[in-house]
Amino acid sequence: MAAKTIISRPIYGTLSPQPGKHHLFVADAEGALAIVDMAKTAPPGFFDGAEIVFIPGPDGKYVEALEALKSAQLHVAPSFASLLPRLKQTLTNAHMGLRLYLAGTEGLIGQAMQVALEAGIDHTSMQTEHRGSLARRMQCVHCKGITENVTTQPATCAHCGLLLLVRDHYSRRLAAFQGVCINAEDRSEIPPVEEAFP
Amino acid sequence: MGITFRKETFRDDFTFKNSPEHIRRFPFPFHEDAYMYAVNIEPHVVGPKGSVLENLIDVDEHYVAEMQDRALVLAEDPLRCQSLPHMTLAGWDLLELLMEQQALGYPEHFTLTRDGDRWRWINRPLGIDDTFTFGDTSTLPYGPMEYITRQSQGDFCILDQRDGNLWMDAGMVTTQADWSLDFDIGMNFFEWHAPVPLAHEKGIFVRALKFLTNIQQGKPARRLNWTMTINPRLDTSPENYHKWGPDRATVTPENVGDKVHLRVELQSFWRLPRSNGIVFPIRCYLIKMDELVTQPKWARRLHRVIRDLPEELATYKGLTRYRPTLVEWLSKLDNGSATSPGFGPD
Repeated sequence: MAAKTIISRPIYGTLSPQPGKHHLFVADAEGALAIVDMAKTAPPGFFDGAEIVFIPGPDGKYVEALEALKSAQLHVAPSFASLLPRLKQTLTNAHMGLRLYLAGTEGLIGQAMQVALEAGIDHTSMQTEHRGSLARRMQCVHCKGITENVTTQPATCAHCGLLLLVRDHYSRRLAAFQGVCINAEDRSEIPPVEEAFP
Repeated sequence: MGITFRKETFRDDFTFKNSPEHIRRFPFPFHEDAYMYAVNIEPHVVGPKGSVLENLIDVDEHYVAEMQDRALVLAEDPLRCQSLPHMTLAGWDLLELLMEQQALGYPEHFTLTRDGDRWRWINRPLGIDDTFTFGDTSTLPYGPMEYITRQSQGDFCILDQRDGNLWMDAGMVTTQADWSLDFDIGMNFFEWHAPVPLAHEKGIFVRALKFLTNIQQGKPARRLNWTMTINPRLDTSPENYHKWGPDRATVTPENVGDKVHLRVELQSFWRLPRSNGIVFPIRCYLIKMDELVTQPKWARRLHRVIRDLPEELATYKGLTRYRPTLVEWLSKLDNGSATSPGFGPD
């Protein structure tokens, strides 16, 4: 986690079983382990009313660990983009009282939260747990393009090519950190690029 | 009588200037020879004749040029004006407030006549004469907030009040000091102020929020804020930072007086009657150093403020690159003599 933080930067917790009958889990990569760990404290029958949607990392791990939870539904998706139509449908048709659990990378948590916010779910009612990569989703304030999986500071905008300072300032609506040109005042200044969000 | 509106620009050839009367009325923001954050909020009541507080919504000689600059910004970047779907009623509240205040303060320039919901708005400086149905968006060429804020100086943020917090859910922001409406829209009071240094630790925002959520209808409040801008550029948005940022490297001892501007925001806060939202006009006033130092008290005081500004604030306000040059230039106008209390010139 970032050593020094600001108020708009999201704070993640630890998943814990919430009361209720309907539970929706959205996770990627190591986020599966947050669900597995939570399951150890879940009451019997908890996963009978649970749906898990999971995007495995590049190594394809943890699918079996989730299968072992015997949730009512387990859907494995190749990417967030491929998951999006299904997630929107599920959230739009959700019963009052659906409990939402988001676990994994910040990019996954942020984008799933964005869809849930649009469906009218209050962000404070969602359980979140950060696991795995610290890579950031970044919006370039200049061209408005989103760059996924930013691991360096500064980082180059994948759209307009400006070298951007990745700020801690975060928008839930955009599910992105803000990127601002780092050498706007003198473009000949090229600060060293460091691996800041591994 | 009436105001003589200047023909001037805030970009390219930068012909913006203040007349001598407008220099005297400039809202100089320092009441003493030092600056630190404070919850400097006070009732927004009418002030002395000839000051920027003579009317609660101030219209000045830059009105027409500022509205032209706003239209240019919006044509380039329509995201500077946004309103979340639940904010339309608040937009009508704002339209009413600005039409009433401008017509009240400047009857020679603006006229509002009402026949039930049928309203007629005449804006002579901009050549507008529109009749519309209050509350019916289809009778205006834009949404109500955009319509009226294309005709009103200053940026406008409309805040929704719920859950004991204020939410930045609509705005017209084209003359901002480096913050992005497009990024911050939908955030609560603490979130959109998150990047401001030092003030959170001092509890400034907790107290300010408490004050603002208690603002009552008909009892607006105000505060001043300030920064500095190189060239009289209204649009110092983060969106265009890569375009105006290089200006900061152009300050030399020879051009300080012409290039460096004090930028003061007169922020006011008004409860809106139908939506229970709060509108937060952020009115920007610019003055170049050559104009400011025609008032010797302001020259001495500004020298001391800028020289002694804590480093974090100087960095946040973007002064770092040219502060030494500016302080050196101002120091020659500071003979060390005392300054009188209060904001005004001697």
